[in-house]
Amino acid sequence: MNDAARRSKWPRRQKLLLDGLWYVVVTLLALSVMLPFVWMISTSLKSQNEIFSYPPTWIPQQPQWQNYVEVWQKAPFGRYFLNSIIVALSVTVGQLTACVLAAYPFARMNFKGKNVMFLVFLSTTMISSQVTLVPSYLIMRSMNWIDHYQALIVPFLASAFGVFMIRQSFRTIPRELEEAAKLDGCGRLRFLVQILLPLCKPVLASLALFIFMGNWNSYLWPLIVTNRDSMRTLQIGLRYFVSGEGGTQWGIYMAAAVMISLPVILVYFLVQRSFVESMASTGLKDV
Amino acid sequence: MSGMGSTARPSRPPGRWWRQWGEETVAAYLFLLPSLIIFIVFTFFPAAYSLVVSLFRWNMPGTPVFVGVENYVYLFTDAVEAPIFWRSFFNTFYFALGVPINLAVSLLIALLLNRRLRGVGVYRTVFFLPTITSMVAVSVVWLWLFHPAQYGLFNSFLVQLGLPIQRWLRDPVLAMPCLIAIGVWYGMGYNIIIFLAGLQSIPRTYYEAAMIDGAGQVSLFRYITWPLLGPTLFFVLTVGMINSLKAFTEIDVMTQGGPLNSTTTLAYYLYQNAFQFFQMGKASAVAVLLFIMLFLLTWIQFRFVDRSVHYE
Repeated sequence: MNDAARRSKWPRRQKLLLDGLWYVVVTLLALSVMLPFVWMISTSLKSQNEIFSYPPTWIPQQPQWQNYVEVWQKAPFGRYFLNSIIVALSVTVGQLTACVLAAYPFARMNFKGKNVMFLVFLSTTMISSQVTLVPSYLIMRSMNWIDHYQALIVPFLASAFGVFMIRQSFRTIPRELEEAAKLDGCGRLRFLVQILLPLCKPVLASLALFIFMGNWNSYLWPLIVTNRDSMRTLQIGLRYFVSGEGGTQWGIYMAAAVMISLPVILVYFLVQRSFVESMASTGLKDV
Repeated sequence: MSGMGSTARPSRPPGRWWRQWGEETVAAYLFLLPSLIIFIVFTFFPAAYSLVVSLFRWNMPGTPVFVGVENYVYLFTDAVEAPIFWRSFFNTFYFALGVPINLAVSLLIALLLNRRLRGVGVYRTVFFLPTITSMVAVSVVWLWLFHPAQYGLFNSFLVQLGLPIQRWLRDPVLAMPCLIAIGVWYGMGYNIIIFLAGLQSIPRTYYEAAMIDGAGQVSLFRYITWPLLGPTLFFVLTVGMINSLKAFTEIDVMTQGGPLNSTTTLAYYLYQNAFQFFQMGKASAVAVLLFIMLFLLTWIQFRFVDRSVHYE
């Protein structure tokens, strides 16, 4: 009797209820993940008085935009920014170039020792940077590269991960294309630059982004190969800024933290979809 | 093709060995050269050099003295040094406890986000945000959240609940759990992305077929999702372990290994010995031990990746 009616009504009501519950749970989770960011932005706009008042406020009484100005005056953040950009861009361009060059023979050529070379490249992924830290530092010292851009750039101009990622995408391009190009008198390098690379743009773009972000956020190596304030990257600059002043200027620290995270977050929002997709696919296939 | 190059003609002058290799091989090595040089100078040579330095007593400005395995013996057995070393060893694994916790949390959230509902994309972005933010910036923020006085946000929550305030990162017992929690928050995004990719690669027909047979949500997860997600889970676990063993930034910015060495991991201990105490030999010995641990993990991972290919 009532059964049929109940059956047709219940699932829909149940679904609505479940969806509602889903939104509540996920929103709560998302809010708790966002909490540090919200608190960072909130604090960055507070006066010193408001920061050390109890109970804490979420919305600043009077937004102190001058915190963001003071960051630039209290430490050479302009210089840090410049250093970070120079280093991250050089590493991205250089590493990408070396990876493209190395990926080509692995994908397309037959040469003696190919398997051995492949193992050599693969084995570099097993030697982590922490393990080579002391000797690498000693090398930098003996070459007088400490406090020079070379020290921050040159060691990162090769990456097995990048080589494997590009090789994978080179292999998806049909071989016939290369044979046709060869018949037309096109050399290897020209084929690589003019035909292969444009076809692999998406992979190259996301790899470039990985390299840039990784380098922008890198910490340990820049920490040990820079001593002079003028050679510090943003990350190192922020670390000394926070530990140096006695650790009480939280409004200004938070403003600095916001400014340092902002460029990468903006880039992420611009290229979000392709970035996440390539992260998921490469993460599973390569490494 | 390659066979042609190897038949050397007697008329060819000596010293043209590269001709015998064949043009293609020479060209290939030219392509590989830039990467190879960097790897030799900044990866292979330092790795070997690390092993050598670990056999010397070397206080940085002084000259190195060969001592054999003394550094290792010293780390393992010295009355003063060994407790700190073993503490760091223990802390490394204590910190790595964050990895399974991270996996569990990420998997739960990935299961929640694996739905076709309006706005799900926004949520995915939110969970991914910490991962792309700079660790230094994030650490400074957490330092402020965990401020040991009542101004710290977490302490203000405690006060509101009528509980005593905590010293968090400055408390030898609480410091490590705090670091673990921060690690989970930070690394979650990456794991969620990988899990979502794994979940979405499971064919829907499997679930539909099971549902027709009357399977409930729990058995769907138990008998379809869990086993098919196995490879993904293992991948995320090993990558997480490797990263956990290498963790440095958050420790250096937030606790500097303290209080009372409660957050000194092997990676941090290595840094302290090399760049604060300038004991290059001892630091290199730690590096070699760390290398062995990381190597084992990576090797396990490669073995597994090979196997997962066969399953497909």
